[in-house]
Amino acid sequence: MKIDHFSELWSNTDEVITHSYVQDVRLPSGKVLALITLDNNKDHTRPSTLGPLTLKEFSETLEAQEQRAKKGEIHALAVTGKPYFLAAGADLSKVGSIPSTRAGRLVVELGHFALGKLGNFTVPTFVFINGLALGGGLEIALNANYRTVNSAAPAIALPEVFLGLLPGWGGAYLLPNLIGIRNALKVVIENPLKQNRMLSPRDALKLGIADVMFDPQRFIEDSVVWADKVLSGKKVSRPNKPGLFERLVIWGPAVSIARKMVKQNIGSVPLAPYAALELLGEAKFSSKEQGFKREDEELEKLIASDQFRASIYAFNLVQKHAKNPQGAPDPKLAIKVQKVGVVGAGLMASQFALLFLRRLQVPVVITDVSQDRVDKGLAYCRAELDKLVDKGRLSVDDRNRYSANLSGTLDLNDFANCDWVIEAVFEELKVKHDVFSRVEAVVRPDAILATNTSSLSVNEIGKVLKNPERLVGFHFFNPVAVMPLVEVVKAAKSNDVSVATAMRVAKDLKKTAVITSDSTGFVVNRLLGYLLGEAMKAVDEGIPFEEVAEAIAPLGLPMNPFDLLELVGLQVGAHVLDSMYGFAPDRFYKTDSLHQLAKLGRIRTKDAKGNKTGYDPEAVKIVSGRTRTRTKDQVFEDLIVGLTKEIKLMLDEKVVSSAEDIDLCMIMGAAWPFHLGGITPYLDRIGASKKVFGVTFHNPMIKGI
Amino acid sequence: MQNTYFVDGVRTPFGKAGEKGVYWNTRADDLVVKAMIGLLDRNQSVPKDAIDDVAIAATTQVGDQGLTIGRTAAILAGLPNTVPGFAVDRMCAGAMTAVTMTGSAIGIGAYDLVLAGGVEHMGRHPMGFDADPNPRFVAEKLVNPDALNMGNTAEKIHDRFPVLTKERADAYAVQSQKRAAAAYEENYIQQDLVSVSATTPEGLRVVDRDELLRPDSTVEGMKELKTPFRPSGRVTAGNASPLTDGATISLLAGDQAVKQYGLKPRMKMVTFAFAGVEPEIMGIGPIPATEKALKKAGLSISDIGIFEINEAFAVQVLSFLEHFKIADDDARVNAWGGAIAFGHPLASSGVRLMNQLSRQFEMRPDVRYGITTMCIGLGMGGTVIWENENYDGKKS
Repeated sequence: MKIDHFSELWSNTDEVITHSYVQDVRLPSGKVLALITLDNNKDHTRPSTLGPLTLKEFSETLEAQEQRAKKGEIHALAVTGKPYFLAAGADLSKVGSIPSTRAGRLVVELGHFALGKLGNFTVPTFVFINGLALGGGLEIALNANYRTVNSAAPAIALPEVFLGLLPGWGGAYLLPNLIGIRNALKVVIENPLKQNRMLSPRDALKLGIADVMFDPQRFIEDSVVWADKVLSGKKVSRPNKPGLFERLVIWGPAVSIARKMVKQNIGSVPLAPYAALELLGEAKFSSKEQGFKREDEELEKLIASDQFRASIYAFNLVQKHAKNPQGAPDPKLAIKVQKVGVVGAGLMASQFALLFLRRLQVPVVITDVSQDRVDKGLAYCRAELDKLVDKGRLSVDDRNRYSANLSGTLDLNDFANCDWVIEAVFEELKVKHDVFSRVEAVVRPDAILATNTSSLSVNEIGKVLKNPERLVGFHFFNPVAVMPLVEVVKAAKSNDVSVATAMRVAKDLKKTAVITSDSTGFVVNRLLGYLLGEAMKAVDEGIPFEEVAEAIAPLGLPMNPFDLLELVGLQVGAHVLDSMYGFAPDRFYKTDSLHQLAKLGRIRTKDAKGNKTGYDPEAVKIVSGRTRTRTKDQVFEDLIVGLTKEIKLMLDEKVVSSAEDIDLCMIMGAAWPFHLGGITPYLDRIGASKKVFGVTFHNPMIKGI
Repeated sequence: MQNTYFVDGVRTPFGKAGEKGVYWNTRADDLVVKAMIGLLDRNQSVPKDAIDDVAIAATTQVGDQGLTIGRTAAILAGLPNTVPGFAVDRMCAGAMTAVTMTGSAIGIGAYDLVLAGGVEHMGRHPMGFDADPNPRFVAEKLVNPDALNMGNTAEKIHDRFPVLTKERADAYAVQSQKRAAAAYEENYIQQDLVSVSATTPEGLRVVDRDELLRPDSTVEGMKELKTPFRPSGRVTAGNASPLTDGATISLLAGDQAVKQYGLKPRMKMVTFAFAGVEPEIMGIGPIPATEKALKKAGLSISDIGIFEINEAFAVQVLSFLEHFKIADDDARVNAWGGAIAFGHPLASSGVRLMNQLSRQFEMRPDVRYGITTMCIGLGMGGTVIWENENYDGKKS
């Protein structure tokens, strides 16, 4: 095969090309190493990426060096990158817009064609992993004979599965054959599915991805000397390289176990992890040629898939869209928050206090109805800080600092100099009114007030205020420290300063903020409330829990609706359903059975390890007794149509600015899946939007080739 | 081998850094030159051509602090061309390092007479200005970003030692102001000031007093000050040394020169030590530096009768006192006030401490040993142990 085979890929001219620069390095032994530096000639804000023209130049460079190797001019070849980067993999914006399956196939083949040369070279090949090495970047290294790694490289990973792809430039075949199947499963499957976890250089060394690690000060110099030693016969030990025993006994079962785990954790909707598992399984006995060919086939399919496009959409939402919140006022209007007041000292409020202490690094004062409750809140925060110290995640200095910044009081006058006061008290209008009128009486006229209400109207809450324009909703999700979303509720009277300040606070808390209108349930609870209501309705109709869960499975949610109810708390769930029903009884469902389940305290049964095993007989008893009228498919169909209507209504009512905001909320606030792009791209694809309102949420639709 | 002596030292009055400061229109090198001439004028027995070297420290060695300032200042001061010079940098301990390094060279007999001092025109050269820190510091998290802001390093001392409260820091700062004012009353400070003529928008001024003294400071007034480094922080403009312009210089000599020129040294260098700590909490540097120096000298903290510790921040002095179990108001420590009152023109301050120590030695023949110590940016501390040449062997 010649490079011209790929010529139709060259027409895409706006690629930021990563060049392959060659310098000869004379080794201590007198031998010559040709050192290729990958460099896109941009600064550190633009990592080197691997597009078609980059691969062309890389391939041609390798061919030229191959000629020199044959003539005996060079004795080794090494590849490294510009400072801080080996390469960040394929340019996703380009892969995400590949026009045809043929082009997709060519891109995959070109990767094999270019990178594969490193594995089949006249002289030994090395990759000096000097910095970030992701996806295709790491696959350059895997294709070479030997690898060194810089102990300061920020991240090393094969994140493809996270984005609906698989490591198909040799990774799926080469990695298990280099570091063993169990390690490879961790890198290719497990880590990407754990919020895209990356490896440290030390991990890479331990796993056997790198043969040796050097410190950054002289990384290249040390790597070159090490390469020379290898050329002179130094043995490189690879204890994790799989032997016959592993291939015969461990490999197959390890892949099966992994497949089971994936199914248990994320269900069977996402394609990429299963395709990757398939290839990892096959790599056991297949030849490199076969392995690469299978990568071509499987990756071609994924590149063309709906799920990949949806993943890219979701990735861009989280990475770019989230950073430019829609409808946000000028950030310069935000007031500087130098002291925070938290009303309430219960668990949620204490979690706020802790988060504000750590992220805003300003004094935080908490209050509640009794000294006992205040003390409990303070003790909780201090204990959590101590736990962080014990885990090595917080220094003693910072613990002391935050602890000194935390105070509790029963006297609201201590809130007088707060710039930001947030409440997390009981969800009852009277209680909120009482809190805010008392707070307003003591704070400065320009202090911002925030409510964490999830079900009450912010407008209603603000009615007791003299200055209702300074009130915003600031709705966290549980657990506060973990869930990345905050819904910033712009009530009818909220002014720009309040909203800008809320957005600034959310940013400082390292949360993603979406601005919503003051509409019951905002985004997440409204849609989850609808979904859970539909699930409970089906159960009430006499459809078994299992079957309802199966009916909803195609939505690809991280957990079934009943697990979710248990996670948020059955009581909270029942409250959400009730309040959504109160908002629109014609569309939402509420049920007494959920209150009974809440009283029971559980729906699922668990084994000793806490794994869910089935459904509690008493829970089943609570909901049984009716004869079903709908099939599983009808339940799903009704749910999909209902969700579509609800989202359309939310957009018409301008609850948020766009379908993108809805998806961002559901991805960040309810962990809805990347591979469906949240929810709206999926509703478009299955025809629900067209059916309900004649057009689609996205135009063009977000779908594969 | 010979002994190294601190013979004499002077400084310019310290001025407020910035456009409103008295030295805004005065060059840093001119400040050094004026101090140098002032020192040589009152040590007429020292032939200028006998000076072996001129070591001048500056933290930011660019512009009027660039160009090998030890050598250029020597030329500008009218020293013969035969006298060499060089520049030194160890941030706040620049002048201290100029003294310890040239003093050591005297010890091995390479030098007999040296001029050592420092200058910092912080108005023209804010700390760290134009520096280009290696990106590895951030990329590899080698140093906490707090380390580059001295105020944050001081806040961190409060974090680490909750017993060192803002109230104690404020009280200490007021004490420094009062002691400095009292020392001025007694003329203890003025005796070693070289007056400087400075061009100002209001005409030429002859500066003969430190510009930044705040003798009317009160603990009550301190409470109202802003905490610029953190919301509800503890470090304020009141309990920290102000940004300052100024220059210092000292005359060091070995046994040989003392004899030859009939000099009357005030103190003898016993030993010294520099030590490193985490850069983000640089203010505790004097503790390990002092421990190290005491160990080298075979002395203990109880042998030290007078302490001159640089007051970059009150809390940083308190951490030292707390460590050595010395009271905040101990009369042995900074008896004439410190940098909180006088100011702290970074690289020059080391010699101011030595001046004040040597003058107290003169008045206290009962005291045998004293130290000068200071904290240093990027996480260091330096301590010099001195022996009183006027010590008479009698306990007071």
